Amino acid sequence: MSSYLITIGTIIAIQAITVCGLNVIVGYAGQISLGHAAFFGIGAYSAALLSTKAGLSFWAGLPFVVLISGFVGLLLGLPSLRVREDFLAITTIGINFIVEAVFLYVPFFGGALGIGGIPRIYLFGLKLKGLAFFSLCLFFLVIVLLVCWWFSRSWAGLACFALREEESAASSMGISPVRFKLLAFVVGTAMAGVGGALYAHYMRFIAATDFSFPVSISFLSMVVLGGMGTLWGPLVGALILGALPELFRPVENYRILFYMVLLLLMIRFQPGGILGERSLLRHKILPALLGGRS
Amino acid sequence: MQLFLEQLLNGIAMGSIYALVTLGLALVYGILRILHVAHAALYTVGAYMGLLFFNLTGSLILGFLGSMACCAFLGVLIERFVYYPLLKYPPYVPLIGSIAVMLAIEEMCRLVAGPYILTFPARLPFPELHLGGIQISSTLLAVYSITAGVLLFLWYLTTRTELGLAMRATSQDLSIADAMGINSHFIVSVTFVIGSAVAAIAGILVGIYYNQVYPTMGAVPAYKTLALIVVGGMGSVPGAVIASLLLGVAETILIGYANIPLPRDALAFIAMIGVLMWRSEGLLGSR
Repeated sequence: MSSYLITIGTIIAIQAITVCGLNVIVGYAGQISLGHAAFFGIGAYSAALLSTKAGLSFWAGLPFVVLISGFVGLLLGLPSLRVREDFLAITTIGINFIVEAVFLYVPFFGGALGIGGIPRIYLFGLKLKGLAFFSLCLFFLVIVLLVCWWFSRSWAGLACFALREEESAASSMGISPVRFKLLAFVVGTAMAGVGGALYAHYMRFIAATDFSFPVSISFLSMVVLGGMGTLWGPLVGALILGALPELFRPVENYRILFYMVLLLLMIRFQPGGILGERSLLRHKILPALLGGRS
Repeated sequence: MQLFLEQLLNGIAMGSIYALVTLGLALVYGILRILHVAHAALYTVGAYMGLLFFNLTGSLILGFLGSMACCAFLGVLIERFVYYPLLKYPPYVPLIGSIAVMLAIEEMCRLVAGPYILTFPARLPFPELHLGGIQISSTLLAVYSITAGVLLFLWYLTTRTELGLAMRATSQDLSIADAMGINSHFIVSVTFVIGSAVAAIAGILVGIYYNQVYPTMGAVPAYKTLALIVVGGMGSVPGAVIASLLLGVAETILIGYANIPLPRDALAFIAMIGVLMWRSEGLLGSR
């Protein structure tokens, strides 16, 4: 593989990890979040600060990164419990703006200069770059997918599905909305934290604008495009929306317009996403390919 | 003291412009329960169209009218082809659609008009006022009087006419209004026409106030007005106006006097989360 392909693959894998986390919040628990880039950023900044200021290696810092992003997810999930649906969407937009402003204006976080000089990751004394770093990202992606798979089959995941479908009915069956919504928030933000840590060590320079609101939109587009609440949906969404900008390099000027028209058509005609429950692919194309078995 | 009063007047002008943008959003939310983020894109289009008509004809009145007509048409298109078919899905589906529409329109503006800042060299035909040493510029006076005029017109329309009665009925329950013989789809379109035309007015006023028109001018209002309708109480028009005025004044005074190291947009959102924690239904909302 050329290094160009490896670079794109690494970015897509990092985004897929983060988007899987968003899928836990939005797809599994039905909590619409428009501020996921903030949690991605919290992971990246804590990894960067732990390695540049505290001098920890990536591996020693990773548990702290997961703890910090999960804890911040818990804190920021608390106000979200009081509000629902539309209110929640706006609150999470607000959280994204506030977190970005804090990164940009507080000198401790590097201010407008960002944080540079983040060290590379070492494994058994070997410097990870290129293909090795890509494999590391794939390794984490597999772990995240396994956690998602386990979560969707565990009791907690089933409770989240029940809350997503009908909150009052689920809570009358004894499922605590507070506990499981917060759990989904913590799991989702911890995954975003892992993605952010990998991003920081891959880019080796981060700035507040990497985690602004449009990034949240693109994460959400990936979940919507792939199919909310499915296991493979976020991966498919991240692959498609991650590869498209490269394929459309010749018409770069029209890229965002094209993106948005695609998202609009998608949401207009297939609101469930490519792999969603009532999608064309699942009900028409796959059965036809499999020879009438459905 | 004099400086403070001038700051206050600027703050009220800021708040009036917020109110003009938020108004359309509150109307749409009241009637369809959709967060119409693309409203801020209509505001950008309004500013561009106003500039285009002004440059073509040299008349500001024609600029206002042409731009209002274009925005109203665009608003109805968005309602007809994006929101109406998506009403049956959970609320995040139209919300994502709306964000896509907003960014697509923003990109269109950038591709058609170019990414640079255009100037809006128009002067509004209002006199300057001097009250005991305090000067009120013609632009400020124009912002005040146009906002007041729009608010009075809307108040009259919604409370004193039959169309307003139908609008209020539709906002209470769309399907029951339909059953009572109101053509609710027509009422929804009328709401979009009014909201979008008001957004166009706000766009032109901002363009003249700052003498700048650029493709991303709708980005900050888009999210800030969402915060404002939340604080005002979802769909409550008086609440949205009060919240806008409060925010405009608070921002201007805070930036002028308190030394807070965060930008004003972040402050607006912190205030919003504070209000939500205190009253989760907003200032004038009801549950």
